[in-house]
Amino acid sequence: MQTVDLDAVPLRDLNARLHDPAQVGRIADWRVLHPKGRHNIAVGLDAPVTVRIDGHVGYYCAGMNQHATVEVSGHAGVGLAENMMSGRVVVHGNASQSAGATAHGGLLVIHGDAAARCAISLKGADIVVRGSVGPMSAFMAQAGRLLVCGDAGDGLGDSLYEAVLYVAGRVKGLGADCVEQPMEDADRASVAELLAAAGLDDVDPAGFRRYGSARELYTFKIENVGAY
Amino acid sequence: MCGIVGLFLKDPAQRPHLGALFAPMLVEMTERGPDSAGIAVYGDAAPADGRRVVLSHADPAHDWPALAEGLSELVGGGVGLHVIDTHAMLTVPGPDWAPLADWLATAHPDVAVVSVGDRLAIFKEVGSPASVLDRFGIAGMAGTHAIGHTRMATESAVTTAGSHPFNTGPDLCLVHNGSLSNHNRVRMRLRRHAGARFATDNDSEVAAAYLTWRLEAGDTLEQALEAALRDLDGFFTFCVGTRDGFAVLRDPIACKPAVLAETDAWVAMASEYRALAGLPGVETARVWEPEPAQVYTWRIP
Repeated sequence: MQTVDLDAVPLRDLNARLHDPAQVGRIADWRVLHPKGRHNIAVGLDAPVTVRIDGHVGYYCAGMNQHATVEVSGHAGVGLAENMMSGRVVVHGNASQSAGATAHGGLLVIHGDAAARCAISLKGADIVVRGSVGPMSAFMAQAGRLLVCGDAGDGLGDSLYEAVLYVAGRVKGLGADCVEQPMEDADRASVAELLAAAGLDDVDPAGFRRYGSARELYTFKIENVGAY
Repeated sequence: MCGIVGLFLKDPAQRPHLGALFAPMLVEMTERGPDSAGIAVYGDAAPADGRRVVLSHADPAHDWPALAEGLSELVGGGVGLHVIDTHAMLTVPGPDWAPLADWLATAHPDVAVVSVGDRLAIFKEVGSPASVLDRFGIAGMAGTHAIGHTRMATESAVTTAGSHPFNTGPDLCLVHNGSLSNHNRVRMRLRRHAGARFATDNDSEVAAAYLTWRLEAGDTLEQALEAALRDLDGFFTFCVGTRDGFAVLRDPIACKPAVLAETDAWVAMASEYRALAGLPGVETARVWEPEPAQVYTWRIP
């Protein structure tokens, strides 16, 4: 276990060490103290290490993550796990807007609430939110799954492509072309799998509804294919 | 980009420490706005039947006593003067400010009116937030609430006049992160129909003048902000101060960041959480992001 205190060590040094193959090859467990909302903590990791951050983080924490597990005990700022490729990012508090934006792979777990535009332009990752998500979540999400145990704000899934959304609570309003769809056996298996992966054993998997694209917008019309 | 911060003290025991709690919050937003900064402080009330006026002049050696003398002659004496760096804080007796503002504009055209109110005093200058805080001694100031802005000018010059907060009516001030797209039209309407006067071409001054117009028409602060959601188009996070009120408002899309935190002792807002990270008791505060198009207000009981 390697402990790095950001009150004593510049953030660039921490990130440089986490990017150094020799260091991450030798040390599998890292602990970060006094993050104090600083931006870009543990971004661009590319090794199967575990980084535990004690406190709140600023923008883009664990952005572009590959292989690593990043766990934040507090809240996270804008762009949490943005463009994550693989690995696991867990936040015990709330996440600001655009959590998991454009994430291609891996699992993002938010134990609190996520603000506006969670999972915007999602490209394949799985996102599990124990609380609620804000307005305009999953805007233009292309692939992957968003599971929300609480409520969803207005405009959920606006202009959705092929991502699938599961919400247990109330949906304030659906965005353009986003519709409720029947829960099939495969969906029930998906929900159970996501809850298990996130370690949420106190949530009833039977309570979720499925939302997806109605495929009625311009981009889905075969006659418009020549425009691309 | 710009950074905004606000601190509203609910616990009267904290009020002597307003500036000391507030200054580090503004410094933390330096990277969002390194070129100029402004601070609005709501302190003690001006003497009865008078007002607190803050003026500025580019020359720190400006002859403020002569100006105060001229004002005294107009109002029959009793003008108080306290010079801080490029600013002069005056207490001016008398019920009507408008003729004095006209006199200032004619007799002292190179002097800018920074704020007019009962409890409000605004200080703003070009330079790093830390240097601006230091020059005006903000950390030593007492009061109930303070609002600040760190500016990264993108569409107009780096000048003191273009810096926030904007004060457009007695004790009202506004800071803004974002940009308004219909400010020219709203400015024209306010000029024509409300007789508003503008000191700059800044879009944020229009937002402040809009709120002043609504408040003077009899709206509550909440009603004025609801009306702003209908009439102002663009991206904004506003933090607004009045004599006894504090408000936060984001546009319906809410791209511009904002974080609120509240304890039994205080309410604080900032563009980013890190500006709140040093406040006492923040570890157990309720921390949340204001919802789009939702009016948040607090009032001194």
